[in-house]
Amino acid sequence: MSKDSWGSRVGLILAMAGNAVGLGNFLRFPVQAIQNGGGSFIIPYLVCFLLLGLPLLFVEWASGRFGGKSGNHSTPFIFNSMSSQPIWKYVGVFGIFTNLAVAAYYCYLESWTLAYVWHSFQGTFMGMDQAEVAGFFGQYLDPSLSTSGIPFESIVFWIICLLLNTWILSRGLSGGVEKVAKIGMPLLILFGIVLAVMAVTMKAGQYDAKFDGTVGLSKLWTPNFASIWDFKVWLAAAGQIFFTLSLGMGSIQCYASYVKPKQDIALNAMSAGWMNEFVEVVLGASIIIPISVGYLGWDTVVEMTKNGGLGLGFKTLPFLFAKWGPFLAVVCGVMWFGLLFFAGITSSLAMGTPCIGFLKNEFGWKHRNASWAFGIAVFILGLPTVLFYNQGVFDEYDHWAGTVSLVVFAMFEIVLFAWVFGMDKGWREITEGADINVPLFFRFAIKYITPVMLIVVFAGSFNRNIDILAHKDSYDKISKISKENPSDFQFKMDSIAAIVPNLNLSNVDFSNFDFRSIKNVDERTSARNYKDLKEHLNPNYKENAIQAEKYTMLCKNVSRFLLLGVWLGIAYLVYLAHRRRLKSVVN
Amino acid sequence: METLPLVMMLASQGVVTAITAYFFIKVLKTPPPRPEDETDEVMGEMTGTH
Repeated sequence: MSKDSWGSRVGLILAMAGNAVGLGNFLRFPVQAIQNGGGSFIIPYLVCFLLLGLPLLFVEWASGRFGGKSGNHSTPFIFNSMSSQPIWKYVGVFGIFTNLAVAAYYCYLESWTLAYVWHSFQGTFMGMDQAEVAGFFGQYLDPSLSTSGIPFESIVFWIICLLLNTWILSRGLSGGVEKVAKIGMPLLILFGIVLAVMAVTMKAGQYDAKFDGTVGLSKLWTPNFASIWDFKVWLAAAGQIFFTLSLGMGSIQCYASYVKPKQDIALNAMSAGWMNEFVEVVLGASIIIPISVGYLGWDTVVEMTKNGGLGLGFKTLPFLFAKWGPFLAVVCGVMWFGLLFFAGITSSLAMGTPCIGFLKNEFGWKHRNASWAFGIAVFILGLPTVLFYNQGVFDEYDHWAGTVSLVVFAMFEIVLFAWVFGMDKGWREITEGADINVPLFFRFAIKYITPVMLIVVFAGSFNRNIDILAHKDSYDKISKISKENPSDFQFKMDSIAAIVPNLNLSNVDFSNFDFRSIKNVDERTSARNYKDLKEHLNPNYKENAIQAEKYTMLCKNVSRFLLLGVWLGIAYLVYLAHRRRLKSVVN
Repeated sequence: METLPLVMMLASQGVVTAITAYFFIKVLKTPPPRPEDETDEVMGEMTGTH
């Protein structure tokens, strides 16, 4: 039986909330709200929280504590303790695979926030215009380039992040994970409150802001009630609830497995779940949108959010903070990227714990060795996401491991809990030791409503998954490139050259051109467009562009086989672990 | 800020904040389990549940 346990109830709840709170609370939720009805999005969002989020939280907490009673701390054998049918321990493989595969790219994302804390502290973004700040991001992600003189800078920060995660995990639950949660989560909330107050109290004319901070809030929360009848909005709300609570990963079960058998899980689950909602709905919605709209205007921000919130968070906000003067730029940059870092690390630590628990329980590994094995595995599995980022490998991991896998796993786990393990035992497990009266409604929801909602979420994204599997976007791009007419681009180039005649762009060699030498922002943008158009006139452009797209497809295919291989490898380890258990019973 | 979005925002954020605070305060105020509960747990371990 594992000796690891939580030091305190508050520590457990903060760690569970930290597991849920991630970059998505600040970058994904506001974008989803903008794209799905504004203020009225909160209605399907909260309904899905009650019908999908809370029921699954109860299921995962209860499953975890139940498995922990017999010393199981990872989903293969937590599920095995709930049903003797062999298939369920292999379903549980998802609970380790997803954590490992998501950690592989998530730690890289986390390292960006650490790097940007450093750069904010250094004042790197002072004096840069928006295009330069956006360009900085692309430069940072290229491992062969450096933005600070550190060679292979993005890899260095990534390794620092991995070492930090591994070291904290090696200190155990109460000595490592819980301590980080007790420091990180309060700081995250404090930074979030400060930034939200600054964003909301921003005034037009102050520090070059075009609009008040409340303009962005007003636009964000303006309801479009007609959207409530749109199925896509409900699908988006269900998806957001699912991902914001870190459901379907296996990390909640793992954390809950260290709860003592008769200790409450119902109140704990409620508290952690609602804490995530506080960070998302109150803080997440009150920072990035008011600040961005204050400087860029609503229409521009809506256009930028079509590519997600990452661009606003990394490519735009540093530029906007710099408008507030050198002192506030440093303070706000450190707070913004600092809170994103805390959100990230509390989530990545949760991903490590099931993997470590599995190695310790099933193969007798020492805690420190298991922690290092996790760190090394994440490094190896994550390397393709770093080296082939521009070929879409990062996005592939995010889609298959961080999106599809979660929904599939959640569908299986709720069928196991409600229909195989049975709701009688399941309800007894949820309510045992409970410090609140769990409404009976949730018994009905877990058995009938939540499984249907999960199937609908899965079915709703099925066509898109097939398109991604078949590389539809790449083939569409190749088709578009093949049909391009060079004469169209000559016309556009001539138009730009006419607008900025002083630059004499036709004589510029763009291969080593430094765009920062053009001080005027509009002229610099025109020059960049001119360069892009000039590439289209290159006789080899079509061939080069099509080959690049085919290379992207190859990289994505290899990453898919790699992920499949990892899943099968973990399944084999589960098989070996099962054989060991049988042997120890015989002996 | 216009009235309708202000109402939507304050109502949503007010409800979420209140419920979060309610449950977290309840956690802080709930006493830890009695020692008898831990004795039951030890007995369970000795009889074995694996």
